[in-house]
Amino acid sequence: MSPPPALEVEGVAFAYPDGQQALYGVSLRIERGERVALLGPNGAGKTSLVLQLNGVLLPGAGRVAVAGLPVAAEHLKEIRRRVGIVFQDPDDQLFMPTVAEDVAFGPANLGLRGPELETRVKGALAAVGMEGHADRPPHHLSFGQRRRVAVATVLAMEPEILVLDEPSSNMDPASRRELAEILGGLDITILMVTHDLPYALQLCPRALVMNGGAIAADGPTAELLADGDLLAANRLELPFGFDSAALRR
Amino acid sequence: MGTGHTHRLYLPGTSPLHRARPQCKVAASLLFILAVVATPREAVWAFGVYALGLAALARVAGLPLPTLARRLALELPFLLFAVFLPLVGQGERVEVLGVALSTEGLWAAWNIVAKGTLGVATSVILAATTPVPELLRGLERLRLPAAFTTVAAFMVRYADVIVDEVRRMRIARISRGYDPRWIWQARAVAASAGTLFIRSYERGERVYLAMVSRGYSGAMPVLQDLAATRGQWLAALAVPAAAALVAASAWVVRP
Repeated sequence: MSPPPALEVEGVAFAYPDGQQALYGVSLRIERGERVALLGPNGAGKTSLVLQLNGVLLPGAGRVAVAGLPVAAEHLKEIRRRVGIVFQDPDDQLFMPTVAEDVAFGPANLGLRGPELETRVKGALAAVGMEGHADRPPHHLSFGQRRRVAVATVLAMEPEILVLDEPSSNMDPASRRELAEILGGLDITILMVTHDLPYALQLCPRALVMNGGAIAADGPTAELLADGDLLAANRLELPFGFDSAALRR
Repeated sequence: MGTGHTHRLYLPGTSPLHRARPQCKVAASLLFILAVVATPREAVWAFGVYALGLAALARVAGLPLPTLARRLALELPFLLFAVFLPLVGQGERVEVLGVALSTEGLWAAWNIVAKGTLGVATSVILAATTPVPELLRGLERLRLPAAFTTVAAFMVRYADVIVDEVRRMRIARISRGYDPRWIWQARAVAASAGTLFIRSYERGERVYLAMVSRGYSGAMPVLQDLAATRGQWLAALAVPAAAALVAASAWVVRP
């Protein structure tokens, strides 16, 4: 039997307690090692879907499984280890007094201590090129550095899948490129939620388009971005100066 | 953002004072201040000994005395109160530069100025040799409830973020021609304060979400073993012990 997919979402529907329906039967499957972009306009339900993946929100119908383990109350701890979410604002994610302690927070909650914990922290910081800043307070770092540390805090938990919420937002072009190089070099399954279509094209061979709480398209990123009608129908636009015809290969 | 006012008090170094365990430093500082406060105010020499002792410690820690002296300015508003005591005090009076001052009031003022200054100087040295996160860990080791130290740690972490938000909101108000001159124009500032509260509250929710997503289950993990050895405790407590000795002798030889 082949190993279970890194992420499997089947017919997930969800409404917020105030009655607002956010997801109408979302299904998707991400294989181990894939890098997938989740595209969609504001209000498409992208964040609601992301919060289903680690059980912060639980679906009204349907099921989510991470590497074969269903998301359910009884093994939330293991699910939260398997799904590493990097939130949009690094200031929300980095709350400990120093970078090293922040990276250690997740694995320490999993029960790691001593040299094992230290190895994890060092490895995660090295993976994002921040090993020289371990003892600095997060608020002394630049925005780009803070986002990289936020990625490290999640990598330290050795997740099955890395979920990034708008990783390129508020970044200057150089930090944006540096982060792309780091993410591109990681040997890990990635789901990247973004509006930044060129970034999705650069990093993710496959893309999902979400609109109105459902998946509207699923395919190779270059093909989806070359389909002007599809983009227009889902309120997605390439930045000025991009020629969608040039993407067709 | 970036500069971080929370660490401005800390002056990096590698002196024995910098390397001492934070819980030892906190306990020693507190006990030292207690000894100072317990000293009779008439024993002027004792306060001189304390001041020399603190200066020696600052010297060992490699702290520049002018910087420390400037930081003492913190207590000035409190000292203003002491200035009035000799003027309004009761009892015997002495003539100083043509003003009749109460002797009792002068002693009371001296008492406040001397003990206050020594207390502030002790905290200034503690803050200059201990980074804030370590200070919090020291307090934790001294069995301060985790709820307090955790809240304090979050406060330190997010003070800059919130101050920055306040600054941006102020700039946004000014950019739209806001120029408050009268009290009823304070409405916009009040509204901003409300917005800031809501935003900080929402940030709290997002931070909690991020914590839960990384396996937080109600207790902050203890990451470092900061236990102090007997030797470290003895070295740190030698300072307040010496101060206690001075205080005791001051009582004995009291005129």
